[in-house]
Amino acid sequence: MFHIMGYSLPATHYSLLQKMNYEAVIGLEVHVQVKTASKIFTRVGQGYGFDENTLTDPVVLALPGALPVMNKAALDAIIKAGLMLDCEIAEVCKWDRKNYFYPDSTKNYQISQFDQPICNGGYVEIELPGEARNIMGEHKKIPLTRIHLEEDVGKLNHGTNESLVDYNRAGTPLMEIVSDPALQSAEEAYAYLTTLRTTMVYAGISDCDMEKGQMRCDANISIRPVGQEELGVKVELKNLNSISYVRDGINHEIKRQMSVLKKGGIIVQETRDFDGITGTSQSLRTKEDAHDYRYFPDPDLMPVRVDREWKERIAAECPERPFDKQRRFMEEYDLPYTITSVLVPDRDLSDWFEAVVAIAGKAQAQAVGNWIANDLLRELSAAQIELADSKLMPAHLAELVGLIKAGTITKQIAREVFAETFGSGETPTAVVERKGLKDDTNSYELEQWCRDAIAGNEKAREQFLAGKDGAINALKGPVMKASRGKANPKLVDETLRRLLAE
Amino acid sequence: MAHSLPFQSLTQVADQLAAGQVSSVELTQAVIDQTQAVEDRVNAFISTDSVDALAQAAAADQRRAVGELLGPLDGVPIALKDVIAVRDQPLTAGSKMLEKFVSPYDATVTTKLKDAGAVLWGRANCDEFAMGSSTENSAFKTTANPYDLSRVPGGSSGGSAAALAAGEAIATLGSDTGGSIRQPAAFCNVVGLKPTYGLISRYGLAAYASSLDQIGSFTRTVEDAAIMLGAIAGHDDRDSTSFKTPIPDYRAALAEKKGPWKLGIPKEYFGEGLDPEVGAAVEKAIAFYREQGCEIKEVSLPHTEYCLSTYYIIATAEASSNLARYDGVRYTHRSADAKTVEDVYFKSRAEGFGAEVKRRIILGTYVLSSGYYDAYYLRAQKVRTLIRQDFLNAYQKVDAVLTPTTPTPAFKIGETADPLAMYLQDIYTVSVNLAGLPGISIPAGFSEAGLPIGLQLIGQPYQEADLLAIANTYDSTHDWNSRLPEL
Repeated sequence: MFHIMGYSLPATHYSLLQKMNYEAVIGLEVHVQVKTASKIFTRVGQGYGFDENTLTDPVVLALPGALPVMNKAALDAIIKAGLMLDCEIAEVCKWDRKNYFYPDSTKNYQISQFDQPICNGGYVEIELPGEARNIMGEHKKIPLTRIHLEEDVGKLNHGTNESLVDYNRAGTPLMEIVSDPALQSAEEAYAYLTTLRTTMVYAGISDCDMEKGQMRCDANISIRPVGQEELGVKVELKNLNSISYVRDGINHEIKRQMSVLKKGGIIVQETRDFDGITGTSQSLRTKEDAHDYRYFPDPDLMPVRVDREWKERIAAECPERPFDKQRRFMEEYDLPYTITSVLVPDRDLSDWFEAVVAIAGKAQAQAVGNWIANDLLRELSAAQIELADSKLMPAHLAELVGLIKAGTITKQIAREVFAETFGSGETPTAVVERKGLKDDTNSYELEQWCRDAIAGNEKAREQFLAGKDGAINALKGPVMKASRGKANPKLVDETLRRLLAE
Repeated sequence: MAHSLPFQSLTQVADQLAAGQVSSVELTQAVIDQTQAVEDRVNAFISTDSVDALAQAAAADQRRAVGELLGPLDGVPIALKDVIAVRDQPLTAGSKMLEKFVSPYDATVTTKLKDAGAVLWGRANCDEFAMGSSTENSAFKTTANPYDLSRVPGGSSGGSAAALAAGEAIATLGSDTGGSIRQPAAFCNVVGLKPTYGLISRYGLAAYASSLDQIGSFTRTVEDAAIMLGAIAGHDDRDSTSFKTPIPDYRAALAEKKGPWKLGIPKEYFGEGLDPEVGAAVEKAIAFYREQGCEIKEVSLPHTEYCLSTYYIIATAEASSNLARYDGVRYTHRSADAKTVEDVYFKSRAEGFGAEVKRRIILGTYVLSSGYYDAYYLRAQKVRTLIRQDFLNAYQKVDAVLTPTTPTPAFKIGETADPLAMYLQDIYTVSVNLAGLPGISIPAGFSEAGLPIGLQLIGQPYQEADLLAIANTYDSTHDWNSRLPEL
């Protein structure tokens, strides 16, 4: 759930490419399902995991006379995606029919956008793996060609003698995000998809669960001698249904193309199917089998005009871009890269962080970041719950950090309090009161415990007085034990030194 | 002398129903009886459901009994062309492809008629998927012209026109893509109205060519057409191409709008190919309007010669895509020989579609294909804009354009075997669809052989109130509609 930005990856194919002085050029076509209440051109609901063919109506089934009507929420979502990725939003876009026969499509044409997509240009910022986990990697901007909106198709389930089709998915709004051929490695592709997913989830556009098909990726891969302008013959790789498969598939394909060239062969323009489990690919079709989609403007739908007000309304709903937030967290809160790379990829978590800091104050930001990255995530994981379901509120953590800062409790005690509050929702102050965990720093008791400790360890006293400063640590243990952990270590240290100096 | 019930106008039966002089059950039964008496010769309907119709009529009578009459259509038997969906009724579109299909939903016009209390009766025959000008392209039967059973009623809404002319309904609905309401109306001596594109929802109308299709009515009088239009017009949020515009009281407008009008006569519509008897009837109508004080002006529609080719590119392109859904996979005919998915497509479509539909799918597929799109489809769209502009220019000078509806009266069944000759039937009507304008055909006389002749009036976008008033000036002062077919 918490993916780490810039996660370090193996780079096996580089050596081979470099040896032959070749480079890879990769373009990605990513389909992202948009999370709207209803389908893109009709009122019936959309979703995953429903009984087969229950999310249907005359429009989805393409009954005679049924007509599409645009779902404005789907357009809101793609405008949002475009703004998040710095695309130019077209003032006018239109709908086209892409004509082809396949049983997963009820109309035997797909409503899509051919020559007037809603988003043009833009970029996806990626972070490449750093030298180490705690060092930020290089950032790059991968330019986008376009993003357009279309309808998803149904799903075929192939049996031995028959194929069944489920039209629940048909008509789900689907964005196609097309990058320029500007990625140079599988690692860049991996980083690209990671950013895309984080961005879409951030903006609430999609959950991007690849297992559910909410995000799907095709890769166009070619290789060329370094320095050559012209692109090599491209091969399209399909069915890359996890981010790891995208990386593996691209690496596999680059190797395959290199070995074809090494053997003196020619790379054929084709579409290949990559099997992530076996790590092999096979040809699906070559260029000669390409469809003539007979695109033409859909006469059932009017062109869409996106005015400034519409764009501004959506812009106001856009969250901060994840990398912008990461940079801000590092600057504004002086957080280390490692903490930000835990907090930022999860919008809820980073929002939660800021909510705590808003109460506790910026001076506590690092402490808060540490509590979240370490204790909170561990407790959530152990309890197997989501942040939203946790009883721990931002005010609780702010209060806890405040108690430590005020010296009311020690960090060690604070862990115990944290666990209590996390489990019950009882405020830290209440936990401290109820369990009597308050540190009684100036009490006669502390001095007495220190005197007892010194008296009980003559050897340590002698060593300390002889100049071995570390010997004092041997005296602290009994004091902490006597205080049942409540004593403030700093005060214990001070008191011992004062008494030893007497 | 008043005609028998099945031949009375909607206005007449509505008055009698409201006055309690006749019940809806009596009226509906009279229409059913008339249908049974003539249907073996006219063949206007693909299917009928008299039990269902009488049940609807009984419900209307109950509303009347408690004083909850829904308006002039309440209890009136109205037949729909078999391309308009009625829940739980067959919807064949005249095609073997949909021979066994029963619609699970109502078209928007169907809902509106039901809400107005109409007794929905009979599924009117038509050319397959509304492609044709004679109903000879129906997979099930060829409808005969009630005025001469050896002749066609026109098409594609021939069943709707013939049913009305033969007293098998009080009013009917059709659809008009290139003349499919106006041409059969002219052939069958009834009023046929094709409203402005966007005035009536297409939701539930099996699509032929989406940017041209429009639902409209067949009635005995222009006043009846005004009543029908008021019932079915209006924006529908299920049809993105339906227009948000206030719907006036069209019937009231007939009395309010008195003219005199400025009428344009496009010279391009009176040239070669126009039958002299049709020409003479139209000239007489022009003379009538002049006598009424109307200003008659010659106008030019210079792109008229491109209308047919533009129409056959755009209509077939859209049709090739619209009809792709009839694929053998879901609710359509599926070939018994199909073993693979390709078989399901190829064999089902080969068996399910008739020759004219196949011809248009092939033509449409061709004009959209890579390398031809710019030369055909794109260019046709540009010409279409020019055709519309021709009319808008004319409307700077005139209120409406007056033309013949068809070049000739009804032709003989089987006579026009050449598809291109058949396409010429639409020569005066397709421009109206291309320009998205309202057009109406009204009875304007008979040929010496006793065949009806139609007069077409073409109005301005969404100005149906004016168009109907202009048409009513002629229609209310002529009684061509009282000449009934001898059946």
